Amino acid sequence: MSGLLRYAFQRLLLTIPMIFILLTVIFLIIRVMPGDPISMVYGARPVSEELKAEKRAEYGFDKPILVQYGVYISGVFRGDFGNSIRTSTPVLQELFLRFPATIELALFGLLVAAILGFTTGVLAATRADRPVDHGIRVFHIASFAIPVFWLGLMFQVIFAVKLKWLPVAGRLGGEMAFTFRPVTGLYVLDAILRLDGHALLDVLQHLALPALTLGIATTGLLGRMSRASMLETLDQDYVTTARAKGLGERVVVLRHALRNALIPIVTVFGLEFAVLMGGAVLTETVFSWPGIASYLIRSINARDYIAVQGSVVFIALFISVINLIVDLLYSLIDPRVRY
Amino acid sequence: MRDYGEGQGVRRSFLAYGFLALLHRVSRGRAALHKQTVLKVGLVIVLAFLLMTAIARAWPSVNGYSPILYRDGPRLGGPSLSHWMGTDQLQRDVFSRILGGGYASLIVAFAGVALSMVTGSLLGWISGYAGGWLDRVLSLAMDAIYAFPSLILAIVLVAMFGAGISPMIWAVGVVYIPTYFRVTRAESMQVRETTYIEAVRAIGASRTRIVLRHVAPNTINAIMAVSSFNLADAILTVAALSFLGFGLPPPAPDWGFDIQNGQKYLQSGSWWLITFPGLMIIALSLGFGLIGEGISDLVNPKRRRKHV
Amino acid sequence: MIRVAGEEGALLEVTGLTKHFPVRQKGFRRLRGLVRAVDGIDLRIQERETLGLVGESGCGKTTAGRAVLRLVEPTAGRILFRSRRMAADGVAEARAVDVLSASRREMKMLRRDMQIIFQDPYSSLNPRMTVGSIVGEPLIVHRMGRALERADRVREVLAAVGLTPEHMRRYPHEFSGGQRQRIGIARALVLEPQLIVCDEPVSALDVSIQAQVLNLLEDLQREFGLTYLFIAHNLSVVKHISNRVAVMYLGRIVELASTERLFAEPKHPYTEALVSAVPVPEPDYMVERMILQGDVPSPVTPPSGCHFHPRCRYAVEVCRSEAPVYRDVGHDHFVACHRGDELSLQPIRDGDRSGGGGTAS
Repeated sequence: MSGLLRYAFQRLLLTIPMIFILLTVIFLIIRVMPGDPISMVYGARPVSEELKAEKRAEYGFDKPILVQYGVYISGVFRGDFGNSIRTSTPVLQELFLRFPATIELALFGLLVAAILGFTTGVLAATRADRPVDHGIRVFHIASFAIPVFWLGLMFQVIFAVKLKWLPVAGRLGGEMAFTFRPVTGLYVLDAILRLDGHALLDVLQHLALPALTLGIATTGLLGRMSRASMLETLDQDYVTTARAKGLGERVVVLRHALRNALIPIVTVFGLEFAVLMGGAVLTETVFSWPGIASYLIRSINARDYIAVQGSVVFIALFISVINLIVDLLYSLIDPRVRY
Repeated sequence: MRDYGEGQGVRRSFLAYGFLALLHRVSRGRAALHKQTVLKVGLVIVLAFLLMTAIARAWPSVNGYSPILYRDGPRLGGPSLSHWMGTDQLQRDVFSRILGGGYASLIVAFAGVALSMVTGSLLGWISGYAGGWLDRVLSLAMDAIYAFPSLILAIVLVAMFGAGISPMIWAVGVVYIPTYFRVTRAESMQVRETTYIEAVRAIGASRTRIVLRHVAPNTINAIMAVSSFNLADAILTVAALSFLGFGLPPPAPDWGFDIQNGQKYLQSGSWWLITFPGLMIIALSLGFGLIGEGISDLVNPKRRRKHV
Repeated sequence: MIRVAGEEGALLEVTGLTKHFPVRQKGFRRLRGLVRAVDGIDLRIQERETLGLVGESGCGKTTAGRAVLRLVEPTAGRILFRSRRMAADGVAEARAVDVLSASRREMKMLRRDMQIIFQDPYSSLNPRMTVGSIVGEPLIVHRMGRALERADRVREVLAAVGLTPEHMRRYPHEFSGGQRQRIGIARALVLEPQLIVCDEPVSALDVSIQAQVLNLLEDLQREFGLTYLFIAHNLSVVKHISNRVAVMYLGRIVELASTERLFAEPKHPYTEALVSAVPVPEPDYMVERMILQGDVPSPVTPPSGCHFHPRCRYAVEVCRSEAPVYRDVGHDHFVACHRGDELSLQPIRDGDRSGGGGTAS
């Protein structure tokens, strides 16, 4: 276990250069661009040069670029992402406010992707080269060729506009938005904590389409890995032995093959999550989901570069933590991995 | 542990794997369906799109309607005999916009992928062959970019560069550099260990010569396969950028932007505004994916038999 | 037949050649130890001579060959090479060039004179290049001649190794192992070198082909006045082609003598074991095969004293504690064994099985 801890620590150390590099890249791109962030945020609006200069001094944009860089880096490591130019509120505070919405969407998206991916992958493997297998593989292709935002819009047209089964967008419906008191920000959890069945139903209804969109659009990776891994496992000698012992196919697949087949799939979860975060930007945009991704888009449109910079660093940190967790999880699940 | 087999490569290759399965099913009983068929289908799709886009650029009103002139039909009219794919809120024919709407996607995908291919491969060859601290620093930087969601990075870059075709090319070009870096680095590290490289060193060849004449040619196969999958992914990235409003400025036809436009009339049930551009994006992306699949199979025949 | 090793005539003079590879713990930068692949060897090769270098796999013979050509950078040592071309060009002021201190430019010039033939005829040829471009590449690298002249030279060399001009446009995979080895030889030969390091050039070939390639190498030596450092893992291959043989064990040379003396009067127990393993083409002749006990020890943690003592049947106390001195026991016969003078070891001698007379004279 101490080996695992030491490994975890090493992995953690490795994420620092990654954050550092992303931070530097973003910082450079923003500062190398012509015009400074302050002029950009005001654009063509009639703002006096004095006010602009005042603002520049306030955000330190009048200092040499290396000094700005140093100030920013040290700020990030102290947990200070700077203040939004647009709203003057601390960026980190804004991000934390929206973070639960993204987490909720990502987790449920992942849930959909995992359930769909595993079941279809395993099913296809056990029925290799039969019609079910071909059908599932076609589904896996579709999952990859479809733009996330398009799928979301199609769902909205079908389930919200035509059939009127589910709401078009948002996290809460009409009056609920005024009465619901969040605790953690994860609304599903909050509704359960408040023992509010009415709210839970509403929250789940709003979550259904975004989670399905994100899940379906990213299920191909897990689906294909599951199928490949299961096929390989079913080819192993111990599975043949289990069959030879006279065990039913169901028992063979569920008791002997499944567990071993799923282990390697965990390794793609880090990549899956990065794909998921990319998809989340579009899903949040389409469904007016108030998460960090839509905050990033809004900041970009407002040319609020302090907020953009902060959002990117935040997402990078988030991805690093996820990758770290996936790595550690893998070492716990697979008894052969020793650090 | 992530080589190209796991990243874009694997992700994309499904498209084609599933499609291969479909084709296989259709052709069952007949002579064995070879991977070349997958390659051909992909090539036909992509060439059809190129031809279509070229024609639409030369004669924008090739189907009888202008893609940009207002009042060419009813307002928000559904698909009909005169307007196969309906009309939008400005009374423009959707079909004529579809025909030329792939222009930005194709230009940006090709140019951006070419840019990242050249940059990424060059860095990968050098890093893989040279090794040492240079390799460590470059790998670390590339891994950092690779782990970050490529779409988000592309969005941020385009936002910094400004909207339009060339900013999108630069963004796509930067985002996919690690994809090529990883492939070429892995390959050139393998090539570096071969005896024939030692033989070339023994005759006194310079490092530049070794990298360009011996390392690089031996990584071409891998680059070709990855670039096709990469193009398929780039098409989706460009579509997303256009959808978010970073693409061509309004009157120009563009699938991604047209979908964003259609979103506003979604509540009124104008499904045709978003459905058809989306189908075009899917078909084009699929075409590139199939080409990648075909090339991978040609390059690595073992893969075919594995049925993965 | 054997040239006396005088200072004047030596083409290649290697002193204290050492190559240590660092062993790092996986994922860490911490040094775990050193692989002493080559641990201070001395060699002197005369012009037009063939020196055999023999040892089990992992003894460092291949690394030694590579280090001589600076294909791996030696950790320490001195390599003097008497370059005919550089002397003629007036580049080298001294009569012998110090290889290890040669600049990049000088090294490139030296490579025309020092070439190598590899063990594996499959991996040593770039699969994407035609035979013509593989053999012609050294000429391009050294900017020798125009395209047509180069093509002529390639044809000439291909003919010398027994291939035809038609082969120029073909790719390596179209050839058999023996033919591929000829291509590799042609590539080494095209620059008209003085020294060729032959790194187990026939080990990967079928036995029927081995003799052909060995004969070819001998013919080429005679025709072009070549000098060979011939590396092999058994004595039977070097027996016929070498003038002198050096036996290597765990990074060090344990015995060096003329081929005749080494086979007739081996002075190191390890050589004795190797000699006894050489098959003799006489059905009645039975030699006591000495099967070496145990494995080759790790070159990271070599045994104390004489590296060979754990596997040596004659080992005494001093062998465990003190490293033997590599010394001349007469007739240019060098050995590193504490009991080199007293042991009577078994030679190969036709018809004579008792084989007692291996004492030093």
